[in-house]
Amino acid sequence: MQTNLRGKVVAIIAVLLVFLYGIFGIPHGSLKQTLTDRIHLGLDLRGGTHLVLQVHTDEAIAAQSDSDQQRLQLSLKDIAPAATVTKPDAKQPVLVVNNVPADKSKAVDDLITGNTYGDYDVSSQQGGFKLAMKQSAIKALRERTLDTSIETIRGRVDSLGVSEPVIQKYGLGEDQILVELPGVSDIDQVRRIVQSTARLEIHEVLGTQGQAPSYNTKEEADAAAIGQDAVVLQGGNNGDDTKWWVLRRIPIVQGPDFRDARPSKDEAGRDDVSFNLTTAAGDRFYDYTSANIGKYMAIVLDNKVKEVASINGSIRDNGQISGGFTRQAANDLSLMLRTGSLPASITYLEAHSVGPSLGASSIRQGVIAAVVGMLAVMVFMLVYYRGAGINADLALVLNLVILLGFMGFFHATLTLPGIAGVILTIGMGVDSNVLIFERIREEMRAGKNAAASVGNGFNHAWVTILDTHVTTLVSAFILFFVGTGPVKGFAITLAFGLLANLFTAVFVSRVIFDGVLSRKQRGEALSI
Amino acid sequence: MELFQNTNIDWLGKKWYFLGFSLIFSIAGVFSMLFWHGVPKGIDFKGGTQVRVSFPSAPNEDHMRRAMDAAGIHDASIQRLNGDNGYEAVVTLPQTTDQAAIGARTAVEQALQNDYHDSTFKVQDAYTVGPTAGAQLTRQAGWAILWSLIGMLVYLWFRFEFIYGAAAVIAVFHDTLITIGFFSLLNTEITLTVVAAILTLVGYSMNDTIVVFDRIRENLQTMRRSTLSEVVNKSINQTLSRTILTSGLTFLTVLSLFLFGGEVLHGFSLALVIGILIGTYSSIAVAAPMLVAWTDWRASEGKRTALPAAKRVAV
Repeated sequence: MQTNLRGKVVAIIAVLLVFLYGIFGIPHGSLKQTLTDRIHLGLDLRGGTHLVLQVHTDEAIAAQSDSDQQRLQLSLKDIAPAATVTKPDAKQPVLVVNNVPADKSKAVDDLITGNTYGDYDVSSQQGGFKLAMKQSAIKALRERTLDTSIETIRGRVDSLGVSEPVIQKYGLGEDQILVELPGVSDIDQVRRIVQSTARLEIHEVLGTQGQAPSYNTKEEADAAAIGQDAVVLQGGNNGDDTKWWVLRRIPIVQGPDFRDARPSKDEAGRDDVSFNLTTAAGDRFYDYTSANIGKYMAIVLDNKVKEVASINGSIRDNGQISGGFTRQAANDLSLMLRTGSLPASITYLEAHSVGPSLGASSIRQGVIAAVVGMLAVMVFMLVYYRGAGINADLALVLNLVILLGFMGFFHATLTLPGIAGVILTIGMGVDSNVLIFERIREEMRAGKNAAASVGNGFNHAWVTILDTHVTTLVSAFILFFVGTGPVKGFAITLAFGLLANLFTAVFVSRVIFDGVLSRKQRGEALSI
Repeated sequence: MELFQNTNIDWLGKKWYFLGFSLIFSIAGVFSMLFWHGVPKGIDFKGGTQVRVSFPSAPNEDHMRRAMDAAGIHDASIQRLNGDNGYEAVVTLPQTTDQAAIGARTAVEQALQNDYHDSTFKVQDAYTVGPTAGAQLTRQAGWAILWSLIGMLVYLWFRFEFIYGAAAVIAVFHDTLITIGFFSLLNTEITLTVVAAILTLVGYSMNDTIVVFDRIRENLQTMRRSTLSEVVNKSINQTLSRTILTSGLTFLTVLSLFLFGGEVLHGFSLALVIGILIGTYSSIAVAAPMLVAWTDWRASEGKRTALPAAKRVAV
């Protein structure tokens, strides 16, 4: 019995040390420094910006099928020059191959069922084929788009010089991104830099040669675009937003073709942005411009026409975009072009910025509330249960140590709702102690001796404690999986707290009782 | 020190008072939700922007409103706060599209800078939720509560009997309804943290109910000659001092949260303060009487009246 008890005490001290290590790690520097190294504070407590972004992954799918369309058309040139590849609905990843001569049908079939177009389900139809992108391919593309977006945003955020930014998938992980920037409260700069797709493209302007064919209304432009593989966009030179243009939908050069971008000045000293093309794209651009002198081309940024120019000569690999930029806008745009364009556009679902002073006062209040609540409970337990109150108080303190230690080990983030979770854990911990102590008192009233009372009390209360804890754990788990953000943080602290509680209220408290009992003379009363 | 010793209160005899009390509060809440304040959703759920601004001296709401109007922001609501950092005001804008949401902070800042005579304000906190996210959250919160209830029902079914689980879930539903009703009556916004508090209260109330049910199950094995009402009454009385103690102490911690937790936690702690009171009440006044009512009903139908506690649980 004695050695058994000693073993348990050693086990408890070991657990205590392990979790103290979880909280503090190997101490270095000041206490506060050590603490904040291990337990991260949420943005609501230290100030910063929290954004939830939605990535429009559909756009990336449409763009992929655009480029597949272009590629297919190009490879058909050698097999069946008359065949055309069209996309009946610009938003659906479905391609239709028409005008395939009967004798070439086999060759075309071989081409599109080969590995190159493995992402598509192919079916043959009157005079051609229909290619529909597979669901699995769409899903993979969505994931890739989200991953690329995260990488791109990370690159841009790094340029802001934020320490410890969090950029990760959010929600169900399909199309949302969480961005957390501690210490940054200028949400507008963040927005400019993060949100801009920075998709730069150069398109051919369709329409009559010899003049820049713009339209005054969208209706006119739409009418002119009928029957052509075209897209209608708004914009104009020098920030003019009033004109509409009919452009060939598939760009001459686009995102990945741009190699470098930097802010510069035009001849008149106005801010603009210079860019370079990759070698391959430069060659292609040279071929195109050489063959199309006199035609017009448009520089399009994020689906907006920035500039329209006539092709006066062959251009190889560099150019400028001038669009009435301010110095800041030119700097931002070149940064975004350098870090790469986002594969799809982004909208904001949530934005939360907390000033550091509000964060500091929140944490102070949260901690004060937790300390006041806990002290009140501890004093009450001592008054009400006397000797056994010490058990309860020790259990409570140990409970808190384990809870914080868990958070240190798992690098969980402490948020305001998390502090609330801690306070609730205190409540549950007290409840377990009360349940046990009341049962022991009942047994003693029934005339049992101290040892039997303690034993029966624990045995009876244990069933109830288990039931209540499992039920609450069930709801904590559901909260964790269904909830996001603050609800999740709350669920984590609650779950950790409940586990710690099972250990302290049942096991540790029992060991203390046994220790007290082993020192008592037979028949001596228990202080409870 | 002991609070209650050998209490012998006939709880079940008071069931009609309890029923009346529960009905009054539930119906008042439901009426308020349907015809008066509705369910006052915070921006977490309906989308919108809240900008919290602090001033070195007391802000003038009328001037602020005029500044907003001058900037073309007509649908803003302005509320002064007894802030944590001196003088504060919260400007709330409803949101129509996801895209417009993000510019709102700047708009408010600009408006104040241009037309509010005192430019020494500081933006403490800006919180924007687009309507898409709001709709998603509403759905998510609804599912979270529903799944929690189902999860607990299944667990109790497994540990006790179905009727115990059903009674506990109905009691918890009663608590949730009354708490949300209170929020509606007080016209206090329900935010994401309030939902977390409601889920906590669900767990807490369930906790309380299980303690009583556990006792009933235990007593059913020893008090074989007694009627179910006697067993239930005795069980409630036996656990009464634990119930009052735990509720009292939890109430103490929640109260300190309510008093010292600051503006940010106000809704959260309010939900818990109401929730603890109602959750404690419901385990005694709603859940346990329901077991008796069910058994009585079975008896009147001439069905087997064996007590629904036969399941022996080995731990």
